[in-house]
Parts: sequence; C-alpha cells; structure tokens
Amino acid sequence: MFENMIAEPRVLIYGILTGLVFGFLLHKGGVTRYNVIVNQFRFKDHTVLKTMLTAIVVGAIGVWGMMQAGLIEELHVKGAALAMNAIGGGIFGVGMVMLGYCPGTALAALGSGSRDAGVGIVGMVFGAAAYTEAYPWISSRLGPIGNLGKVTFADLLHVSPWLLIAGLAVAAVSLFVVLERLGPRPRTD
Amino acid sequence: MRNPLRIARWSPYVVGAGIGLLSWATFYFMDKALGTSTSFVGAAECAVGLIAPEHVESSDYFLKEYGAKGGGFKPILDWQMALDIALVAGAFLAAWLGRDLQGAAAPSVWVERYGPSRIKRYAVAFAGGFVLLFGARMAGGCTSGHGISGGLQLAVSSWTFFVSMFIAGIAAAWLMFGFASRTNKEAAPHV
Repeated sequence: MFENMIAEPRVLIYGILTGLVFGFLLHKGGVTRYNVIVNQFRFKDHTVLKTMLTAIVVGAIGVWGMMQAGLIEELHVKGAALAMNAIGGGIFGVGMVMLGYCPGTALAALGSGSRDAGVGIVGMVFGAAAYTEAYPWISSRLGPIGNLGKVTFADLLHVSPWLLIAGLAVAAVSLFVVLERLGPRPRTD
Repeated sequence: MRNPLRIARWSPYVVGAGIGLLSWATFYFMDKALGTSTSFVGAAECAVGLIAPEHVESSDYFLKEYGAKGGGFKPILDWQMALDIALVAGAFLAAWLGRDLQGAAAPSVWVERYGPSRIKRYAVAFAGGFVLLFGARMAGGCTSGHGISGGLQLAVSSWTFFVSMFIAGIAAAWLMFGFASRTNKEAAPHV
C-alpha cells in the first residue's frame, strides 16, 4: 500500500485548485459555522439548503448539458444500495448535528479557525477506521437490500433528465421565494 | 462597491452557483465529481498500515476504495486528498481576507445550551466526527459526494441519502436542543 502513495503532479494540482476554490466558497457562504449548520436542522437558518439546492440545479444544468453535447464521456453516479444509503444517511445526519459540520465543511472550518472542527476531524479518522473494520459485517447484511446499481431517477422513471432538472429548478426557486418572504432571519454571530 | 473578497459573507445563492460551476470544471477538466470523505479512509488506513500493513492490504473495504484494477493499490495522496488539504487553506484565505477568522473555543448556539466547557464541546465534537464519517462511508458519500455531486446527477442513491440525512438531523437537533423557541432573541440583528 505504500509503494504507490502519491498521484501524478497534474492530478494533485487539479485537486489543490479545486479544494482552494471549494474551501473559499464554503467559508464565504457561511457553512463553515457550527451555528449555521445546526440551525438548519432547527429551521432557524436555511443557508445550507439554499446553498446546496442552488449548487445542485446549476451543477445539473452544466453537467447534463455537457453530457448531451458529448463534452464529457460519463457521469460518476454512486451505486444505489438503498438500505445502506438510507441508514448511513441517518447516522450521518446525527453526526452532523453533534459535530456541527460535515466532512468538507469541518476541514474548511478548521481553516477558518474553529478548533472544535479540528477535534471532529480526528474523530472522523477514527470513524473511518471503525467502518473499515465493520464493513464486511454490515455490507453482507444490508448491501443486497434495495441494490439497484448506478441508477439515476431519469433511468428509473424512464424520463428525460431535463424534465427532472426543470422540476427541480422550479421547486427550488419556489422554496427560495417562500423562505425569503416568510423564513427566519438568521443570526449573524 | 466594496471589494467582495473583503466581505465576510456572500449570498448563499452566489456561493451555491459557484459550487455548481466548480462541478462543471471538475467533470470537464478532471473527469471527477466533488467529494471529500473517502480520503478519511485513506488517512486512517495509512496510520493503521504503519503498524499492521498486511491487515490493511487484506481489508475488504480498503481494497474496495483503494484497490487498483490490475492488483496493487491506488495512491492515497490523490486528487481528493489534495482537495481535502487545500480546503483548509481555501477557507483560511476566505476568512483572513474577510477579517472573519473564528476564535471562539465553542460556538454560541452550543454554549447557550450546554455551557462554556471546552472539554464537553470537544468530547461531543469527537464523537460526532466519528459517527459522521462512519455514516458517510456506510452511505457511500457525504454532503459533497452524495449531496451535491450525486444530487446534480439525479442519482437515486444520493437523494435517498439526502432525505434520510435531513430527517435524522432534524430529530437529532430536536433531541439536543428542543424546539423551545428563542426566535425573538435570535431574530434580533445585534445578537
């Protein structure tokens, strides 16, 4: 495992550039703050939802558009093992409220000076090690449940992805209008 | 107009659109989708591998994530690990330019509910991080890999994760903080 530790420089430079921009944006967006993340789940601050849904809609238009135009060859859809996705997602949601950051925003929060995020990152490394040990037991029991492979909703429902993207965009914009008119005014500290 | 780099917080819509555009770039130039949590497995198994390399090399999960097709292993210091490390620097830059570096040992929402004890906050942060990454690996991704990248690809796995994460997070927030409203206080702009 240690013979081939480091990827080629071009790949690393791409990773560094992506991380710099991503970290910069996450902090400017406010999602490196414990208060913002936790208050999303208390319906007191909808910054996380606004950021994620905007990223999803904008990202979808470009990525599916490039796919259609033949500019990219393939998507990177993760396999659906619905029991694992759902239960893992639930465990993740609990951890996110306890820590107050998700993996990416914890790294960014550490950069912006939040020391509790640093402690969380150490916890995350231990969590990763624990899952590696637990994987054979968990995946043999839950892996086969709802195993649909690498499917999108466009595949599953036999509809054009553009119909789904249009629906998603309309739903997101409607939600934003409602939240801006009626939603809570987030705290600023 | 003020220099936007000096402004502490940007609109979530601007930032969301920026992350969306960043996804275009990772797909087009790098043939990659944004993600952050797999590298924590790489980091953890690197540490385990210093003591017991044969244990890591025969681990099903390590092979699943880092096994190379023709045998051997993929690099641990890869695109995503570089991204993860640079995330720290990118956010530092944003906070420093915006004069917005965070100094408090414990965040104010936490302190209002659980008091100023640093030990208590760090203990829960450690446990939370443990639970978070365990869940992320079980689900096959986190808020970036599933939430953003999978969401924009309309992946069934990712939307399942997203919905489940929100439901569990709301329940956990209710258990940890209750729904006793401090809305008036929190709505005050000077707080």
